[in-house]
Amino acid sequence: MVRELEKYLRPGIGVTTYCPGCGEAILMGLILRAIDELGLNMDDMLFVSGIGCAAWIPSPYFNADTLHTLHGRTIAFATGAKLANPKLKVMVISGDGDLADIGGNHLIHGARRNIDLTVICANNMNYGMTGGQVCSTTPVGAVTMTTHQGNPFPPFDLCRLVRAAGAVYVARYAVTQPLPLIRSIKKALQTEGFSFIEALTPCPVQFGRRNKLGKPAEMLKSLMARCVMKERAEKLSPEELKDKIITGEFTDGRD
Amino acid sequence: MAKRVGLEVSVAVGDAAKLADVDVVAAYPITPQTHIVEHLAELVANGELRAAYIPVESEHSAMSACLGASAVGARTFTATASQGLELMHEVLYVASALRLPIVMAVVNRALSAPISIWCDHSDAMAVRDSGWIQMFVENGQEAVDNVICAFRIGEDRRVLLPVMIHLDGFSLSHVIEPIILPEQSEVARFLPPYDPPLPLDPEKPVTVGAFAPPFIYTEVKWAQEMTLEGAKEVILECWREFANTFGRHYSPVESYRTEGAKVLLMTMGSLSETAMVAVDKMRDEGKEVGLIKLRLWRPFPFAELRQAVRDAEVLIVLDRALSFGGPGGPVCSEVKAALYREARRPEVVGFVGGLGGRDISMADFEEMVNQGIKLAEAGSEREFEIFGVRE
Ligand SMILES: Cc1ncc(C[n+]2csc(CCOP(=O)(O)OP(=O)(O)O)c2C)c(N)n1
Ligand code: SF4
Ligand SMILES: [Mg+2]
Repeated sequence: MVRELEKYLRPGIGVTTYCPGCGEAILMGLILRAIDELGLNMDDMLFVSGIGCAAWIPSPYFNADTLHTLHGRTIAFATGAKLANPKLKVMVISGDGDLADIGGNHLIHGARRNIDLTVICANNMNYGMTGGQVCSTTPVGAVTMTTHQGNPFPPFDLCRLVRAAGAVYVARYAVTQPLPLIRSIKKALQTEGFSFIEALTPCPVQFGRRNKLGKPAEMLKSLMARCVMKERAEKLSPEELKDKIITGEFTDGRD
Repeated sequence: MAKRVGLEVSVAVGDAAKLADVDVVAAYPITPQTHIVEHLAELVANGELRAAYIPVESEHSAMSACLGASAVGARTFTATASQGLELMHEVLYVASALRLPIVMAVVNRALSAPISIWCDHSDAMAVRDSGWIQMFVENGQEAVDNVICAFRIGEDRRVLLPVMIHLDGFSLSHVIEPIILPEQSEVARFLPPYDPPLPLDPEKPVTVGAFAPPFIYTEVKWAQEMTLEGAKEVILECWREFANTFGRHYSPVESYRTEGAKVLLMTMGSLSETAMVAVDKMRDEGKEVGLIKLRLWRPFPFAELRQAVRDAEVLIVLDRALSFGGPGGPVCSEVKAALYREARRPEVVGFVGGLGGRDISMADFEEMVNQGIKLAEAGSEREFEIFGVRE
C-alpha cells in the first residue's frame, strides 16, 4: 500500500498482522484506493467484518467506524446497521469461510432482500486464520489441514450463487488484476442494492505451502496466468478453459 | 505395555478418540481446538482410523451431524471452543434430551466481545445446564484417560448421555507433555462396542424427538435429571475399573495436601497444577493450606465436596468466569449452595480471575490465600472479589 493512502488508517498503525506475501494485504490497499478515487468520506462509512484474516482488513486498521463481530454473522450485522441508519455507506469485508460457509445463509438472504451493501469477499480458498482448513471454495483435490488426501468436494461458484440469490452487482477479480478490481469496487460502492465482489487472493502460508504453489511471488504469477476476462473466455474452448478462472462482471443490475 | 511419550495434548486427545475407535467425527475449526480435529482428519485420511470425518460449515452443523450420526448408532466425537460451543448451544440440549452419547472435547476459551482466543471458563459455564456430563481435566494424561472413559460412561445403558471434557485452551491444549497412550487392545477390552438401545433403523422404525405436550414434558425432564444424577455412580464405577485396568485413579473431587488444612483453595482445570506448587511452597513455610480440585462438574458431586471441605475454616474458590449481575463465579455460587445446609462449613470466599488468558501464577495463589483469609475474618459486603484487576 502506498504512503498516500495511510491517511485512511488509524494513527499509530505501524504494521499489519498479515503474513509476508499475503494477498489480503494487497486487497486492503486496493479497497482504500477505490475509496480514495471516489472521494468518499470515511466518516460516512461503516466497515463490517466477521472473523478471519480477511476480517482484519478494515479492523482495527481503517480510520472509520468498524464493527468486528462474530464469525459468519457479518451480513446480518450490516443489514441491521444499514436499515437503522440508511445514510451510512456500509461495506462488508470478510473471508470466503466467513461469508460463504458459516455465514452462507446470511449471504444469500442479504442478496435476496437486496440490502444496499457492498460486500467484498476475500477468497483465499481456505480458512487462513485458523491454520488452513478446507472451505466451501477449496478446489477439488487441494490439500488442507482437514483434507490430507485432497478435497473431495466441489467448490461453490460464489458469483453464480450470489447472483442467483438476487444480488444486483456481481463481479470476480483477483488481486493480480488491480485496475479492474479497483474499478469494480468503485462501481459496487456506487451501485444501490446488494453488490458482491469475489476477490481472489493468495494465501501463501496456509494454502500455498501445502499445495506446493511456491513462493508468494510465484503464487501471484500463476494466479495472474489463470485469470481470464469473461469476454475472452467466451471465445475459448472448454479445453483451453481448463484450470482457468473466469473474471469480470457477471451482472451490473442491468440484465 | 504402553510407553510414556512426549505429545502435544491436542494430538493426544485426537489419539484418544482414535483409541476409542470412533465412527464419525464432524467438526469445524476454531482456535485453540484445531489441532485435535486436524489430527483426526489426518488419521482418517491416512487410514489409521476407519471413520467418517465430516468437515462441516459451522459448529451448528457439527453438533447436528454428530447428533444424526449418534442417533443411527455411530460412536461420535467432536471438539470445539468458545464461540463454537455457543453456536452449538441449541443442539446441545437436544443431544442430551435424546440421550445420545456424543463425546466432545471443549478447549476452553473466553467468549467475545472483545475477541479473545485465550483461556477462561466462560464458554463452559454458558452450557452448564445443557444436560451433558461434564468434567474438567488438568493435564494431558487426564484428558486422554477421560476421553476414553467418556465413551464408556456415556454409552452405558444406565446413562446414555453425551459427555464434555473441558481442557484449558493453549496452557493445556498446546503444551507437550509426557503422556501414556494405552494400547488399542487394552482400550478395546475396557470400552465395549457401542450398542445403542434404539438406533434409527428402517427395519425397526422409531420416532425420535417428537412433540411433548404439557402433560408429559415435565416427566421427560425429570427422567433426564434423575439419569444425570444417577450417572455419578456409573462414573465412579468407570473410574474404579479404569484404575484397575490402567493404574491411574480419578475421583470427582480431588484433595491435595489437605490434612489438617485450615484454609483450602479450590480450582478447576490446568491452574490446579500451579496451585499445587503454590500449596507445596506454603506448606514448606508452615502454612496449613491445602487444595481441592473439582473434576466432575455435572453431575455436581455434592457429597464428595461436602466431605472434602468439612474440616476447613476457609474455602477460597477461584472461578474463571463471571456470572454478570449474579452471585459471583458460577463454581463458587454452586459450592456455597452445596454447603448451605451443612451445620459445619467453612467460610467461603470467591475470587474471579484468570479471565481471557490472564495468567494466575504461584505468587497469585499465595496472594489469594492471604486476601481470602483476611476477607473470611473481616467479612465482605461484596458477593465475590475480582482478582488482580487494574482499576
Ligand atoms: C463460531 C466460530 N467458529 C469458528 C471460529 C474460528 N474461526 C476464526 S476465523 C475462521 C475461518 C476464517 O476463514 P475465512 O473467513 O475464509 O478468512 P481467512 O482467514 O481465510 O481470510 C474460523 C473457522 C470462530 N471464530 N467462531
Ligand atoms: S494465513 Fe494466509 S490469508 Fe492469513 S495472513 Fe497469512 S497468508 Fe494471509
Ligand atoms: Mg478464507
